[in-house]
Amino acid sequence: MIRVILPQHLRTLARVEGEVQLDIEGPVTQRSVLDALEARYPVLCGTMRDHVTFKRRPFIRFFACQEDWSHESQDSPLPDAIAAGAEPFMVIGAIAGG
Amino acid sequence: MKVTKSRSKSAGSKSGKRSKGAAITAHQASRKLTNKVSGTSSVRVLVGTRKGAFILEADGKRAKWDVRGPFFAGWEIYHMKGSPADPNRIYASQTSGWFGQIMQRSSDGGKTWETPGGEKMPKPGEFPVGKSNLFAYDTSDATGKPLTTHQFYDGTQHPWEFKRVWHLEPSLTDPDTAYAGIEDAAIFRTTNGGQTWQELAGLRGHTTGPKWQPGAGGMCLHTILIDPSNPARIFVAISAAGAFRTDDGGLTWKPINQGLRSQYIPDPTAEVGHCVHRIALNKSRPDTLFMQKHWDVMRSDNGGDSWREVSGNLPTDFGFCIDVHAHEPETVYVVPIKSDGEHFPMEGKLRVYRTRTGGDEWEPLTKGLPQRDCYVNVLRDAMAVDQLDSCGIYFGTTGGQVYCSANSGDTWAPIVHDLPAVLSVEVQTLQ
Repeated sequence: MIRVILPQHLRTLARVEGEVQLDIEGPVTQRSVLDALEARYPVLCGTMRDHVTFKRRPFIRFFACQEDWSHESQDSPLPDAIAAGAEPFMVIGAIAGG
Repeated sequence: MKVTKSRSKSAGSKSGKRSKGAAITAHQASRKLTNKVSGTSSVRVLVGTRKGAFILEADGKRAKWDVRGPFFAGWEIYHMKGSPADPNRIYASQTSGWFGQIMQRSSDGGKTWETPGGEKMPKPGEFPVGKSNLFAYDTSDATGKPLTTHQFYDGTQHPWEFKRVWHLEPSLTDPDTAYAGIEDAAIFRTTNGGQTWQELAGLRGHTTGPKWQPGAGGMCLHTILIDPSNPARIFVAISAAGAFRTDDGGLTWKPINQGLRSQYIPDPTAEVGHCVHRIALNKSRPDTLFMQKHWDVMRSDNGGDSWREVSGNLPTDFGFCIDVHAHEPETVYVVPIKSDGEHFPMEGKLRVYRTRTGGDEWEPLTKGLPQRDCYVNVLRDAMAVDQLDSCGIYFGTTGGQVYCSANSGDTWAPIVHDLPAVLSVEVQTLQ
């Protein structure tokens, strides 16, 4: 079971409160987490990454175990603590402006 | 005092759940839209702001208002508009620099909202169906190539990139059909209630496409007008490319900018490149168009084939919004803004100007509007008129006020004072 924390606007959009929990078969990567997230909540398609190219939106960041994974390969295995559900995978809106 | 024009650039049913109103004919829609509405009636004002959407409702007297919202709190709502064929069907463009574009749809007059196609979980193994916010440019050989670039601010060619939906124009006859004007400029259409959108690529495929360039507000397609007497004829306007018209339902388009003169471009009378801010028409006379250009208020009496200036005695002819009285085709409203470098009313006085002669002769309307220390702007999509017997005029400001005049502009009163900056105002007249 994977735990995902979404920014407030995306929680509102997906109509969820608190963390999202996902079951993922196979390797736990950014791509597989986002695939599962969008499959569960289709309204999130296009809000974190491009529909077609799957490129991360410029103001979206991905964190795992206090580390910024935004620029890592989408297919790199996430830390064991994420795969085990001990730590959440975090989707964060980049801080910009006041 | 008349302001001197500067040379700078511009600021800028297949939907699963069929809505109640069945498709109606264009003729019926035209009658429905142009007839005066009296008796037991009400209005619903749809307000898009920088931080959410609001719905303001009143009876036909337009004196006491109920305010609902914010909907989609924290998001920019560029535009909301109701279907003429089914007033309960409303489309909204919800957008964010962080999270991109979301399309919202209501089938109950704005009480509840859904993201078309994104509300249901897919079955195992199915791909998510949430594509209502996918606006993919047509780059096929037949339509898009080689028009994959346009002119950028610095004169170089730049790829077309989707940013947001500026304007939504529902079909006059089918609640599930609507047009979307987007940035970077293109027009899209849905025929399934907003679940999916397809580009009408003939517009962007016009041979002038590589010469289009963004105004300071971006290269946006912000105006879509459907001719009520002939829905295959559609007018659009783009900053800064100009106005265009299709006569075949969107297959082919032609620039309609003859007579426009823009000192801020290398060739002031070029076929394209003009920063048109807004076009409006009276539904009973669709050949007559009124335009607020970057500078200049213009008029056409032949469907845009040619234009002439009707700025007349306006204190400044810069501005963004323009609209036409619902029952008087020669009565037009603008809100003069000081200049393209100073986006606020002259002398701190918020004044709507009205002509009752189709232009040239304008009178200031000030009763009920702030006449000192007012430095707000009124954006291009932030003015609307209702269809009631005594025509109501509405506009919203970047200071968060929405004003209403229930008597064609003679007197004004604020409906709300303190909303976030208003991006758009539309009004539905309900019976």
